[in-house]
Order: sequence, then structure tokens, then C-alpha cells
Amino acid sequence: MKSQLAFFKDLSLKNKIAVNEPKMRIPTSPFQVMVNKEIADHIRSWRFVVLIVLITLTFIASMYVSLSNIGAAINNTNDPDHVFLYLKLLTTTDNTIPPFHVFLSFLGPLLGIALGFDAINSEQNSGTLTRILAQPVYRDNLLLAKFVGGLVVVSTLFITLVLLMMGGGLLLTGVRIEPQELVRILAFGAITILYVGFWLSLAILMSVRFRQAATSALTAIGVWIFFTVFYQMVVNLIVRAFLPDPNLLNQAEIISYNDIILNILRIAPNQLYTDATTTLLMPSVRSLGPITMEQMAGAVPAPLPFKESLMIVWPQLSGLLAATVACFALCYYLFMRREIRS
Amino acid sequence: MNDPIIQLKGLSKCYGTFKAVDQLDLTINKGEIFGLLGPNGAGKTTTILMMLGLTDPTSGTVQVCGYDSTSNPIAVKRKVGYMPDSVGFYDNMTALENLMYIAKLNGMPEDEISSRAIATMKQVGLENDMHKKTSAYSRGMKQRLGLADVLIKRPDVIILDEPTLGIDPAGVKDFLILIKQLSKQQGLTVLLSSHHLHHVQQVCDRVGIFVTGKLLVEGNINTLSGNLFNKEGYTTRITLSESLAQPWEHEMALQALGNIKQVAVDNNAIEVSCFQDMTPAIVRFLVQKGYDIMSVHKKEYGLDDIYQQYFENNSTENITNEKSVSFFQRSFFKK
Repeated sequence: MKSQLAFFKDLSLKNKIAVNEPKMRIPTSPFQVMVNKEIADHIRSWRFVVLIVLITLTFIASMYVSLSNIGAAINNTNDPDHVFLYLKLLTTTDNTIPPFHVFLSFLGPLLGIALGFDAINSEQNSGTLTRILAQPVYRDNLLLAKFVGGLVVVSTLFITLVLLMMGGGLLLTGVRIEPQELVRILAFGAITILYVGFWLSLAILMSVRFRQAATSALTAIGVWIFFTVFYQMVVNLIVRAFLPDPNLLNQAEIISYNDIILNILRIAPNQLYTDATTTLLMPSVRSLGPITMEQMAGAVPAPLPFKESLMIVWPQLSGLLAATVACFALCYYLFMRREIRS
Repeated sequence: MNDPIIQLKGLSKCYGTFKAVDQLDLTINKGEIFGLLGPNGAGKTTTILMMLGLTDPTSGTVQVCGYDSTSNPIAVKRKVGYMPDSVGFYDNMTALENLMYIAKLNGMPEDEISSRAIATMKQVGLENDMHKKTSAYSRGMKQRLGLADVLIKRPDVIILDEPTLGIDPAGVKDFLILIKQLSKQQGLTVLLSSHHLHHVQQVCDRVGIFVTGKLLVEGNINTLSGNLFNKEGYTTRITLSESLAQPWEHEMALQALGNIKQVAVDNNAIEVSCFQDMTPAIVRFLVQKGYDIMSVHKKEYGLDDIYQQYFENNSTENITNEKSVSFFQRSFFKK
């Protein structure tokens, strides 16, 4: 009996070794290797350190402002959202600085652009692109690794910030967090990641298209500034020039024109992002467009459940996702059959 | 020996109307060192890129190690090590890390990578500098590291694009000896592109001369010079200790040896052109006649002469082509 036990022990050990060995021998896939390298590069680069500091500082500043005003916000019973302490933490402000999600709507692009603007062209200029592509790896793996690497870093950053904020809030106030708040804040994190992902893929597209890193950075920043600063002005100008005098229109016409204007404004990705985050972080927001008195008539000013909020911003989410995918598809189209020469 | 490992058939590449590579047919056998020679812009790099599937041919096929490079580049790249002409490294990593990254991309098992990378570094003679950042590397060291990159994947074929560019003469010599050694030891096939004739002459079994996208001629250097200078035959120049009288008394006797085309006497030197290599017979003849021979020089044609000859032909051709083109245009516009 004893010997049999010993035999079994022996057998199981053998099995373990047999299981362990192929694990050791299986090489990591080239894609994984590339993603690992991208992440390591980002983390070690000064560029990323600067961006982290920038974003952390804005986060701390907006948290500080919201924490000092949180008491008033929570006690304001006229506001249907006053029960959501953690959402209030993210959105309350005394108008000295904008809340964190508004900050992110213009800092997010900078983060995405900074991580992607020299993804392909710097490799091409330093001669490493030929070297990498002479190895048995698929070309799309390289593009995807650049994107995924950047996205992993960004995701880690935002998830950490959001969790830190919730943990900090728990410690400071001792108020229990509602499941709905947790879901909303996580959704906010996800949308932020998607938003930065869009700018990252745009920046990678520029880096595929332009040989000089400076050109691609400037073009991407140009697009960013156009959408954050000029786009609204341009739309306003055009609207004023073309639309008839509102005094001569009936109400239905005004509403339809308003819808058109809003939809034109929503071409800008930062508009989509602001719409989506505002709706998610303020549960009482019921619609992103104008609402008629008849529609408002029976409504109780109460927060919407998470699912309803999500339904409202679903078009915004799809829009952001579609824009990201479009940029990325264009990258593929430009890069896949291109001649690789340093 | 005749085991083709690289086969190009009717390969063409056009950039717009410019033909970079024009109907190229080339076969390279296993185990040989082949030199692709040509001036800048002849289409050497384009041809190499097509072999690796890094650019698509306009027409024609490339087969490397039995795989089609255009449709199946991954399989080709597994077998082929390529060193580009301006090899670059990630400057924020050390040389060893750079090398290990390539090893990982080639799917080497984790536990072997480190030892293999160090072994390869020793092979190319960089073992003392492997923990330095590559930004501190000199050009020659970078070339060596590039070679290590190629060797670590244990390829069947090595393609080197201008490997001797920018290295000092001593470095070039070492580098070429290293390549030759490796090729002989491991039975590697090496394709080497260069516009430096002497480097190619030192190591290559066979060369192909490549001008404006066309392979003008291929073969080993001896047959090339034989083909080219056949009309001139073999020339031997012999210097004697004393001057010779102008109508030389033994000229007829020397002619009688046979195979001799022409004998020219100039002071104390005799230049003999023959249809075959007659140098020993001529020397024996002169010794028998009691002449003191100071030196014997058999004219050999190196790649320089070959190169020169081909390029001269080619440039004159170009000029005539241009003329006919402009004539064509003129007549076209007249209409």
C-alpha cells in the first residue's frame, strides 16, 4: 500500500512536470511581445510622465473644489441628484474651475495624441520599422499593438483615478456607495477610455500618413483645436447666415431647426463625449435635445435609472466607437500594402 | 549544388511610369554567396524588398525557400534574415535587449532567449558592449548588431543590403571574413548587395550586375571577365633587364609558339597578346634564349574593369534612348 502511494506521488509529480514543461516551451505570440514593449516604452517615456502629472493635477484640483462644495450640493433638496454623493463629487463645482469630466473633454485628446502621433513614423525614420517587419510578424499586429499598448496604459490610468476617487470618498465621508453610482462611474471611465481611444487612433492614422513626427503631431493637434474651439463658432456663423429669423417661425419649425443644429454640433467628438458623460454623471438629465412643454407635463423631476441614461447616450457611444473604428480602418488601408523602406 | 533557394521569374516593379525593376530572372542556389552589384538607384533594394514581401511586385513571382514572398511573406521571413542598409535600433534599450526583442518576435521559447542572445553577441564579437545602449554604438558596431539580429533566428538565407556601407576598411575586412566564415560553417545562402566592387569580389561566389532594373550579366568573376574581354584575349607583359633592338630577332620564333595574336616590343618590355594563356611557355622561351627576366605580369580583369565596361555601354545606350524619345515627342507635338 505504501509503495503504491509512493508510486502515485511519483506519478502526480511527473504529471506536474509534464504540464509545466510545455508551458515553459510555448513562446509568447509576437503580438503580445509587441504590446508589452509598447507599454514599457510608454511608461518609461517622459512624455507620459508629464501627461500623468497633468491629469492627476487636474483631478486633484477638481476633487478639492468639489469636496469643499459637497456639503451644499448634498443638502440642496431642489436638485433631484442630491442623493448621489459620489456622482456629485465628480460634477460639483463652484464655477472657479470646470468639473473633471469637462476637463477631460479637452485633456483626453492631448493624451491620445501624445501617445500616438509618432507611433509609425518614428519607427520608420529610425530604421526600426524595416527591422521589425523583416521578422515573421503580421503587419496589422504592429498597428494593433500600438493601439492596444496605448489603450492599456490609458485604461490603467483612468481606472486607477476613478477607483482612487471612490476609495478616497469612502474614507473621507463614510457614506455608502450606491450600486448605481458604481456602475455610472465605471461607465464614465469606459467612455473616457473610448474617447481617448478615438484620439489615439486618429493620431496613429496621422503617423501612418505623414513621414515627419512633427507634421503628424501638428495635424492631430489642429484637428483637436478645430473641434474644441472653432467648430462651434463656425457652426454658429453658418446658422446665423442661413437660418430664417426665429420670430417668423412657428414652434415646430424652431424645434426641427434646433435639432439640425444640435446634430451638426454632434459631429465633434468632444461634443459626443460631453453629452455622454453629462448624462451618465447626472441621472436627472432626461434628454439631450429640446423638450416641449407637453413632454415635460407629466414628468416627475427624479433621477433616471442607469439603463435609461445609457439609452439616451447610446447614439453618442456608437458615434464615438464608429469614429474610432473608421480611423483605425483607414490606418489599415494605408499601411497594409505600403512599401516599407527607411 | 544546383538547388535553387531563391527564384525570381519575370519580376517587375513600376513606380508610376518609372521601371525600378524590369523583367528580372534570377536563381540563387543553396549555400552560395551571391553579390548583387549595381550603382545607386539600380533597383537592388527594391528587388530585396520584393523577396521579403515588404513591397508588392507589379508583375512576376518571387519564390524564397519554396514559398511565394508576395502571398506568404510570414513563412519566408521565418527562413530569411534581412539586414537593411540603414539598420536602426531602439535607442532607449541596450543592445542585448534589442536583440532579445527580435528573438521574442521570432517566437523563441522564453528560457532559451537569453543564452542564445549572449551566444550570438559573442559570435559577432560584441560581448563586451552588449549592455551598452545602442545610441552609444558606432556605425560598425551597429552593423555587427544588425548581423546578430539576422543570425539569432538561425535563418537559411541571409540577405544583406549594403552591409559594408560606412564602415572603415579594417572593419569591412573583418565583417566580410565573418560573413564568409558563417556561410561556410553553417551552409547559409548569402545574398549581398553593394556598389563596392572590391568588397563583393572578396567574398562572392557569383555576382550579378544590375543596372537600371535589369540584370545585365551574372556568373562568377572569372567567367565574367572571360566573356567580356574575350576579344582582347590574354595579355602578358614581361620586363627584361636590358633593352631590345627594335626589329627583335626572336619575334618570329616567339610567334611560332602558336596561339599568339600580337607581339609588341617597347624598350625593355615585351607585351604578348594570345588567344590562350601562354605565360609559362613565353617565359620558358625567353629563359632558353638567355634573357634576364625582371618581372612577369599577366593582366587580369577585376570587377572594376567589368563594371566600367558595362556601365559605359549602358550610359551610351541611355543617351541614344533619350534622343529617340525626344525625337518622338517632337514629331508628336508637330501633329
